[in-house]
Amino acid sequence: MYKLFLRCLISVLFLLGFSINANAEFKVGFVYVGPTGDHGWTYQHHEGRNAVEALGIKTTYVESVPEGADAERVIRQLAQSGHDLIFTTSFGYMDPTNKVAKDFPNVKFEHATGYKREHSNVSTYSARFYEGRTLLGHMAGKMTKTNTIGYIASFPIPEVIRGINAMTLAAQKVNPDIKTKIVWVFTWYDPGKESEAAQALIDQGADIIMQHTDSTAPVQVAEKAGVWSFGQASDMQRFAPKSILTSIIDDWAPYYVERSIAARDGTWKQQDTWHGLKEGMVAMAPYNSAMGSDLIKEVEQLQKDLASGKAHSFTGPIYDQKGNILVAEGAVADDGMLAGMNVYVKGVEGDIPQ
Amino acid sequence: MIKIEKRNDVSQSIYFLTPILAIFLTLFGGGIIFYILGFNPIEALKFFFITPISDLYGLSELLVKATPLCLIAIGLSFCFKSNNWNIGAEGQLIFGGIVGGGVALLFYNHDGFYVLPIIILSGAIGGMLFAMIPAILKTYFNTNEILVSLMLVYVAKLLLDYLVVGPWSNPEGFNFPETRQFSESARMPILFDGLRIHAGIFITLITVFLSWLILYKTYLGFQIKVSGLSLKTAKYAGYKGKTMIIIVFMISGACAGLAGVGEITGPIGQLHRNISPDYGFTAIIVAFLGRLNPVGIIFASLIVALTYLGAETAQIFLQVPKYTGQVFQGMILFFLLGSDYLLFFKIKFLGLKKNEL
Repeated sequence: MYKLFLRCLISVLFLLGFSINANAEFKVGFVYVGPTGDHGWTYQHHEGRNAVEALGIKTTYVESVPEGADAERVIRQLAQSGHDLIFTTSFGYMDPTNKVAKDFPNVKFEHATGYKREHSNVSTYSARFYEGRTLLGHMAGKMTKTNTIGYIASFPIPEVIRGINAMTLAAQKVNPDIKTKIVWVFTWYDPGKESEAAQALIDQGADIIMQHTDSTAPVQVAEKAGVWSFGQASDMQRFAPKSILTSIIDDWAPYYVERSIAARDGTWKQQDTWHGLKEGMVAMAPYNSAMGSDLIKEVEQLQKDLASGKAHSFTGPIYDQKGNILVAEGAVADDGMLAGMNVYVKGVEGDIPQ
Repeated sequence: MIKIEKRNDVSQSIYFLTPILAIFLTLFGGGIIFYILGFNPIEALKFFFITPISDLYGLSELLVKATPLCLIAIGLSFCFKSNNWNIGAEGQLIFGGIVGGGVALLFYNHDGFYVLPIIILSGAIGGMLFAMIPAILKTYFNTNEILVSLMLVYVAKLLLDYLVVGPWSNPEGFNFPETRQFSESARMPILFDGLRIHAGIFITLITVFLSWLILYKTYLGFQIKVSGLSLKTAKYAGYKGKTMIIIVFMISGACAGLAGVGEITGPIGQLHRNISPDYGFTAIIVAFLGRLNPVGIIFASLIVALTYLGAETAQIFLQVPKYTGQVFQGMILFFLLGSDYLLFFKIKFLGLKKNEL
C-alpha cells in the first residue's frame, strides 16, 4: 500500500514536471567534464554553446561533472528542469545519458564520442580528428631532421590509435624513414604527466611533439626545447608561438547550432554523426610561416583534397606492424574498420597497451 | 571593553552548538559571496540549499550522496578519536572498490542471493587490509601514518587505473578504461522504483549503531577515548597501544571499503577510473563537523552532501560557478575551527568601570 502511494506520488511529480516543460521556453543544456577554462576539450564545447546562445536560444551548462555517480543526477536535473536538448560532452557520460533518456522520452539527448544509442531520443556525434592528423603527419614528415616523431597518447581506444596511424601513414608518404615513438599517459588532462612525457620523447631524439591530450604543457615544453609541436583541440598558438606549426581545432559550433535549431523546430531525428574537415567540425589553426610557403601550399592542397573526398587518410596499401595487409592497394578503409581500429600500422614503435 | 578568558571546563552544550554556529556563519558568508558575484543572495541560497531537496528524487539523491560520506566519516572518527591521523580513506575506499569489483567480475552472470553479500564483505576486507599497511608501519617501524596513508591513495588510484585499462577492461568496450557492467545479482537492491537510493543506506545505519555501541559501551571504546586524550595516561593504564592502533585503522579501512563497494554496486554499477569524487577527503570535514560523534556525523554528512547537490542546482538555475560548492565546504570547516576558539575561551563584554577612567 505504502509503495503504491509512493509510486502515485512519483508519477504525479513526473507529470507535473512534464506539464511545466510543455509551457516553458526552449532550452539547451550542456554537461562538461572539465572546467570551461581548460583551453582544450571543454573550452571548445563551451565555444559551441556560445554560438547557440548567440542565436537567442537559452542555454545552461554544468562544468567539471565527474564521470562517476554524479553524472546521472546532473543530466536528470537538466532534463527535469525543462531543458529540451542536452549535450553530454564526454565518453564517460554514455551510460548515464542513455539511462536518463529512457525516463524522459520528450527530451533529446546528444552524447559526444559514444557508441550507445539505446533509445530513439539519443544521438551520438564525434569528429574525424584523424583527418587533421593526416595533415600533421605530412608536416611532421617534412619538418623532422631526426626522423623521429614523439606522440603523447591518452588511452588506447580506437580514436587515439586511429590518430597515431593516420599521422604515421601521412608522414611515411613524404619521408619513408619516419619512426613514431609513443608515450601513453593514461589521462586526458594532467599537465605534469604530459610535460614529463614530452621531455622523455625529446630526450629520445624526437624533434616533433604531438599530443592527444588536452593541456598546453607539451607545446610549452617543446617551445623551451626548441622543437616543433602541434596544438590539440583549440588553437594553442599563444602558448608556444615559435614551436607550434598548427593546431587541430574541434569546432562543435556548427553542429550545436544545427541540432539546436532542429530540436526547437521539431525536425530533430536520431542520428550518428561523424563529421570532419568537409563539414568543418575539424578545422586547422593558421599554419606557422616557419614551414615555408611551399609546404604550406602542399598542406593546404591536401586539406582541400581530404575535405572534398579526393584524398583519404587511410588509402591502401596499409600494413600492420608485422607486415600483414590491412587495406588493399587502391582501397580505402571503411568507417566500420576505422571505428574499431585496434592495431598499429607499420612504422609505429612499441605495442598497444592491453 | 572585551576580555578573553580561558574556560576551565568545556561545556557540553557549546560543544554541539559551535557546528550549528559554523553552518549559520557559512550561510551568511555564502550570501555575501553570492551578493558580490551579482546574484540575489536569498534566491541563490534557496537554489543552493532548498531546491535540491524539494522533491523525492532530490531527497533520495541527498541520501545517495551522504551514504558514503557518513560511512567513511564514522570509520575515521575511530582513528581521529584515538589520535591516529588516517588521511588515506580515499585510497582505502578505492582499494575496497577494487577488491569488491574484482569479486563482482568473478561472479559475472552468476545468480544467487549470496553474490552481493560476498562482494560487500570482500570490499570491506579489502579496505581493511589496505588500512593496515599504515597502521603496521606506524606501530612496528615508527613511520608517520599521515604520510603513509596519504601516499597509499595514489597507489590505489594507479592500481585501479592499471586494472580498468588493462586486465579487467570490458572485452566489448573498445579498450575504453572501464570494466563490464556488473550483473543484476551484484547490484545493491534499489529501494523505490525511479529513485537511486539503494540498500547501502542500511549498511550505513547499522555501522553507525555498531560504532556508537563500540565507542560508548565497550572497553575498547574507552581505551580509544583515553588514548586520544592522553597517550601517556593510556600507557600508564597498561593499554596495549599497538593493538589498538591497528584495530582503529582496521575499522576505519573497513568502513571506507564498504563505502567504495557501495558506490560501485550501487549507483555506478561497474569499475572505472572515477569511482569516487574524493569522498575519502571530504569525509574528513564530515567527521570533524560531526564532532566525531556517530549521530553528529549523520547530520554532518547530510549537510556536506547538500553542498554538492546545491552546487549543481545553483549552477543549473543561476549559472553560479561550480566551485562555490567547494567554497562552502571550505567555509564550514573554517568557521567550525574558528568557533572552536569559543570552546576553550570565553569572551566577556565588560562595561567600563569607573576606576579605570
